[in-house]
Amino acid sequence: MSNAVSDTVPSRIKPVLGHDNKWWWDQAAAGQLVIQRCTSCQQLRHPPRPMCNHCQSMDWDYIQASGKGIICSYTVLHHPKFPGYDYPLVIILVDLEEGTRFTSQLIDCDPDAVDFGMAVEMVMQKDADGFQLPVFKLASN
Amino acid sequence: MLSLKNQAAVAGIGCTEFSKNSGRSELSLASEAVVAAAADAGLPVSEIDGLVSYTLDPTDEIELARSVGAGDLTFYSKINYGGGAAVGVVHQAVMAVATGQAKNVVVYRGMNGRSGQRNGQGVSGEIVTSDLVHWSWYQVYGMVTPGSWIAMIAHKYMHKYGLTAEDLGRVAISQRNYALTNPRAFGYQKPLDMETYLASKMIASPLRLYDFCQESDGACALLITSTERARDLKQKPAVIRGITQASTQGQEQMTSFYRNELESLPEMELAAKRVYAQSGLSPADIDATCLYDAFSSEVIMQLESFGFCGKGEAKDFVRDGNLDIDGRLPNNTHGGLLSEAYIHGLNNVAEGVRLIRGTSTNQPKKAEHVLVSSGVGVPTGAVIFGKD
Repeated sequence: MSNAVSDTVPSRIKPVLGHDNKWWWDQAAAGQLVIQRCTSCQQLRHPPRPMCNHCQSMDWDYIQASGKGIICSYTVLHHPKFPGYDYPLVIILVDLEEGTRFTSQLIDCDPDAVDFGMAVEMVMQKDADGFQLPVFKLASN
Repeated sequence: MLSLKNQAAVAGIGCTEFSKNSGRSELSLASEAVVAAAADAGLPVSEIDGLVSYTLDPTDEIELARSVGAGDLTFYSKINYGGGAAVGVVHQAVMAVATGQAKNVVVYRGMNGRSGQRNGQGVSGEIVTSDLVHWSWYQVYGMVTPGSWIAMIAHKYMHKYGLTAEDLGRVAISQRNYALTNPRAFGYQKPLDMETYLASKMIASPLRLYDFCQESDGACALLITSTERARDLKQKPAVIRGITQASTQGQEQMTSFYRNELESLPEMELAAKRVYAQSGLSPADIDATCLYDAFSSEVIMQLESFGFCGKGEAKDFVRDGNLDIDGRLPNNTHGGLLSEAYIHGLNNVAEGVRLIRGTSTNQPKKAEHVLVSSGVGVPTGAVIFGKD
């Protein structure tokens, strides 16, 4: 039997966690949006992978992202509706100012008002079951 | 280097009925299609010595072989990446035939895509593999279906080039018009007009209901043998002039979102370059196509990948009616995945063969060379068929 929260409130699909991505989700759980960095050639990469595809180094660390970015593309999902998500669901590709791209959700925005090139900023969202993940809202300025 | 040009041909095709509820096993469907392909070629089933299918196909080669009574097998394999395998399986067969690994290879795909495992419902899994870690970056945000992944790319393309909803509708309607006269097709005698298209419900913006392919039960199979041997069989051979697989840098399954440019399909451009080089043909030599069409937007983007028009010009190409029967490039003359059935692209390859034979229900005036592509947004491939 799983915990009481997930029995009563449908929750989102959780990521499978392996060597190559668990560290990233640990950072999200700690409230941080981070970007993997090759410590050999300093190239940033996302989604995380064990090896740098520029210099083949397996040495890496990560930097904290500012959370600021621009909407590169987006889609508004209406069907099918999966338990644990609110529809219409606005999914965005964000060009982070550090240079990597990130797939996420835009919250607190009328789906009809979303547009390419809009400035967004990261908010760490905590679900009812305690799971944390970075989402975005329109930039305040 | 051994060239694959003209080495092998499709000598037989077989399809079951396509439906929304077959009421039987995938093994049953696949067996019927394979036997039909052999019969179409006029070759005894016992002469089949090679079998190839998709990794997503539930029927293993030896299950199929026992079921139909194939001969001893000296070649069998499966190709990954969903509909990207539609050309890949043929590619395997051509290589096997050209190098003498097998004489008569049958490729097949049998699925209960509506009544059983529905691809449109997305992915899930529990074992940690690099593939599942990949999907999890999207699942966690609710991006679970093929429509959601393709919509992201389609939207970016539309934004850059000014493609409209009506343009997507033109693709869907053109293919439905072909399906109207194809008794195998879901869209048989079911017309679609622009008003209905535009009024259909938005699924994953900018993609509406009619931008999505069918979900189907059914099977297709093709028998590939040497061109020389094919000449002695029952049907006119559909000779393979060029064939390749293609996956490019930054390739993900469906979510290649991290490339600098999202408004093109680099893997299709690679496939194009290779099939044209192998065959010695150019876009001007291609009379008709079966461009993979799990979504209408994929047809639009491939018109540019394969050089039928310039970048950003596909909307004009479509607006001019070029995909229709009397247009420059009749496309998916059976109705395609959008309006015939979704047998993971193998039914599009079968239509490519019919076009070369001259037996399509919508046979264009000229079909000397026909280009067929496999899955979009995944590791994929393309093939050019020609008349013997």
